[in-house]
Amino acid sequence: MELLYFGDKGWGDELFFATLMTIAVSITAMIIGFIFAALFTPLKLSNNKFLNSIGNAYTTVIRGVPELLVIYLFFFGGSGAIMFVASIFGYNDYIEINAFLTGSFSIGIISGAYSTEVFRGALQSIDKGQFEAAKVLGFNKYIYFFKIILPQMLRLAIPNLSNVWQITLKDTSLISVTGLVEIMRQSYIAAGSTRDPLFFYSFAAVLYLMLTFLSMQLLNRLETKYSKGY
Amino acid sequence: MDIELMINSFPKLLNATLITLKLLSVSLILGLFIGLGFAILRMNNNKLINKFAYGYSYIFRGTPLLVQIFIIYFGLGQIEYLRTTILWVVLKEPYWCAIIAFSLNTGAYTSEILRSAFQTIKPGYLEAGRSLGIPSKIIFTKIQIPIAIKQSLPAYGNEIILMLKGTSLASTVTLMDLTGVAKYIISTTFKPVEVFIVAGGIYLFMTFIIHNVIKYLEKKYGFQT
Repeated sequence: MELLYFGDKGWGDELFFATLMTIAVSITAMIIGFIFAALFTPLKLSNNKFLNSIGNAYTTVIRGVPELLVIYLFFFGGSGAIMFVASIFGYNDYIEINAFLTGSFSIGIISGAYSTEVFRGALQSIDKGQFEAAKVLGFNKYIYFFKIILPQMLRLAIPNLSNVWQITLKDTSLISVTGLVEIMRQSYIAAGSTRDPLFFYSFAAVLYLMLTFLSMQLLNRLETKYSKGY
Repeated sequence: MDIELMINSFPKLLNATLITLKLLSVSLILGLFIGLGFAILRMNNNKLINKFAYGYSYIFRGTPLLVQIFIIYFGLGQIEYLRTTILWVVLKEPYWCAIIAFSLNTGAYTSEILRSAFQTIKPGYLEAGRSLGIPSKIIFTKIQIPIAIKQSLPAYGNEIILMLKGTSLASTVTLMDLTGVAKYIISTTFKPVEVFIVAGGIYLFMTFIIHNVIKYLEKKYGFQT
């Protein structure tokens, strides 16, 4: 137990901050995912064949390729791409991009593919009459989307979005390969210097379980709040 | 775009795909048995057994696969006692550690899929079987199992694809599977995009095949219930 003391003696404070880092990365990735979903859901529902195939390509590729491969692409490719741009402007030194940004961005793209599918499914299962009625009644675009379609969509999407959140939270463990100090990386460091991997990895598992358990409690509350209308 | 690198790395990556497929198939078969076992335990009326099976699936579904592999590969080796038993022959090999972790993980998801499939079987079918005097073993193998297969196929197909992606984590415990070799080529050539296209293409091809096989099976088992 003294391995978990706060301060210089134990790893308690390090693991605490690592947990905060995991939460921060998950939330950032989820938000980036929503941005991607907002861009690609309309494409997936579009009647234009070209736009539609872009949307489909995004979700198919990201959901069919391992997360680790996507992370490697951005980890090794991200700084390369920025250095290439910088070299055009005559800057030739090595540039390292922030591990937090690379990590949240790569997990965000993955989570965005799942969110896109969720939003598409939710939008498609709203009764067609709702769209027609809103149009017939002549509501402007703001009310049409934010007051009529969005609330109905959220109600259908929230249960599936909490699944996406779980996936995103667990995927953040993979960013440890890029060196970002979140739960997994911190346990790796602690396990290496104390030679007690069993304890630290088990403790990491407990931390993840706590995070998934607590977030499920919160999301279930949200779900009941939004399903009031039923 | 370095087309030459893409062509040169293709055979290496294809070779590594064999390891990925081996990991996938062995852990899916083991996972199916584990999943079936825990699904049966989940439907047990004894509360303790029920809680145990629920706890198993909760823990394995609530923690990242990476943690599970690390506990088994790095963690279990730490127990001195285990090193003296016959189990150590298996546990010192990263290959078997990965398989154990994958099987336990997919077993947890499979048990949930099978449980919900078994529970959606209408009680009338079982009652009909019982009133016809069919022995309960045959009710299980000839009535419950075929209906459960049909009910669980779509969800199980997703699980196979998730597991295919999960096998990429074997590369973190020194196994040179498709992702492991891809990472090696990326870190020696610093051409991530080219390697990603080839390796990602192989993964997508496998996903495509799995998707279509499941679709075919869904048609085959698509009897009305």
